[in-house]
Amino acid sequence: MSNSPITAVSNPPVQPVSADLGPRDLKRRSATLDLPPPERQLTEVAKLIDVSKCIGCKACQSACVEWNDTDPGVGENVGVYENPGDLNPNMFTLMRFSEWVNPETDDLEWLIRKDGCMHCEDPGCLKACPSPGAIVQYSNGIVDFIHENCIGCGYCIKGCPFNIPRLSKADHTVYKCTLCSDRVAVGQGPACAKACPTQAIVFGSKEDMKAHAEERIEDLKSRGYENAGLYDPAGVGGTHVMYVLHHADKPHIYSDLPDRPEISPVVETWKGAVKYVGLAAMGIMAAGAALHGLIAKPSTVKREDEEHAEALVEEAPKNGEGV
Amino acid sequence: MASSSDIQRGDAIHPGDPVIVSRYTTPKRINHWITATSLILLALSGLALFHPSLFFLTGLFGGGQNTRWIHPWIGVVLFVSFYIFFFQLWRANIPRKVDFVWAAHAKDFLAGNEDKLPELGKYNLGQKVVFWAMAALIVVSIVTGVIMWDQYFATATAIPTKRIAILIHSIAAVLMICVFIVHVYAAIWARGTLRAMTRGTVTGGWAWKHHRKWLRDLAGHGRIDPAE
Ligand code: HEM
Ligand code: SF4
Repeated sequence: MSNSPITAVSNPPVQPVSADLGPRDLKRRSATLDLPPPERQLTEVAKLIDVSKCIGCKACQSACVEWNDTDPGVGENVGVYENPGDLNPNMFTLMRFSEWVNPETDDLEWLIRKDGCMHCEDPGCLKACPSPGAIVQYSNGIVDFIHENCIGCGYCIKGCPFNIPRLSKADHTVYKCTLCSDRVAVGQGPACAKACPTQAIVFGSKEDMKAHAEERIEDLKSRGYENAGLYDPAGVGGTHVMYVLHHADKPHIYSDLPDRPEISPVVETWKGAVKYVGLAAMGIMAAGAALHGLIAKPSTVKREDEEHAEALVEEAPKNGEGV
Repeated sequence: MASSSDIQRGDAIHPGDPVIVSRYTTPKRINHWITATSLILLALSGLALFHPSLFFLTGLFGGGQNTRWIHPWIGVVLFVSFYIFFFQLWRANIPRKVDFVWAAHAKDFLAGNEDKLPELGKYNLGQKVVFWAMAALIVVSIVTGVIMWDQYFATATAIPTKRIAILIHSIAAVLMICVFIVHVYAAIWARGTLRAMTRGTVTGGWAWKHHRKWLRDLAGHGRIDPAE
């Protein structure tokens, strides 16, 4: 696999290449207790989205629909620029627009953010997933949903700190951005990066992308955006989709991008303590009952109990004579 | 003492050797078996998703997708069936002073010294605790279960709400399974109890031993089958 950034400007070779990303490259696999370590360490990849260069043309959305062969249907005007109105099982990425008045300059800033899976290093979706192998993470950092293993429970939706996965009513499985794992497997960059006319989206090794981001941040700072910075949130171990933000001190102004994303403590408790304590409690209960059954003597009804009952019934007023 | 409220429709004494006492009517028993079956199926299908080591249980339901969709529907069956039962039994399950006197003598109960215990109505405190625990846990399960039922209610609540719901649902499930183990084990340990669920009747001796006040009330109110 090529390690150099693959964007619209650096075209990859066009001769056929066999896919080089598979089960032996898995670093994490959902609901799998004994995953062997990956056979090799692939170069960590990343997609870098420079929001300051984005013109909101939605070419990336079109490219995504085309490459993934999805059908988001004919859009509906819901009174905002977003189209469709939200991510859905057929739309893995979405340009989100917000109008923000900068309190320092009183300027209206039109903030455009390409929303989609962040490919977290510590993915909450994968942690929440109960189905073995329905969500995997490759050693290059890509988090992918394997649809034939997906059972449609929607646990990943609760696990994700970014509100990304969407459940399909058509096939009852969950969809999200794959970081074009099928393209990366053959040395190509993601379709969105390929289509972006301003190179606001670039793709390559995570290291290269961070270096490239540094240059962009320096440029933005020189132009007065003193809070420009990289969004690679540590709370989820960093991400394999990163943003260059001109206001990196307040990510939330970009259509509610979480300031400090992390896997919810509620999810951690549910997938952690509850499982251990729960299995132990049920086990102790079952073992206790079995043991008591073996050791203790059962409560049995004696002959004299039956005789007492018979005597009681003899003495009782007969039907109709009762009180 | 509202002891006669412990007597339910269909409860009656049939003289003979041994005396037989009707405890549950046929519809009540059929319904209780529906409750029991759905609870077991819910526990199995839920546990399949609870922990990776139990995922193999999805095989019982024809795979993960089938387990996922069938579980909440069985939950609806459990809820309806249990709550029919609930409204038939709740009066007889109100805890009374005598229950606490009885509980203070729990040791004598386990040792089989029933004669040191006060006479009880149709249910003892243990049975009443199981009854109310199940009543509460089943409500909690259906409320949280519907919140996390993404096939139909995905947009009804926000994600943070769903996270709390699933946490509570899994805790309630664990508790319910523990209560269920106690309930079934008690029915096996106290010999002569299970026939109340198979035949609907118990022997007079069983009623004398465990629920003497109930037996006395039945006799005192003339709830004796005239056929004998
Ligand atoms: C009363 C109505 C109930 C409803 C509507 C309901 C619904 C649900 C739903 C929607 C799920 C998520 C998986 C899926 O979509 O199938 C689930 C999971 C689960 N349910 Fe239920 N359920 C109910 C009752 C029960 C009962 C009675 C038990 C146990 C005795 C139970 C145990 C579980 C467990 C253990 C899980 C997995 C939780 C986890 O992954 O941590 N449920 N339930
Ligand atoms: S953004 Fe959500 S769906 Fe994407 S890897 Fe992170 S947790 Fe999973």
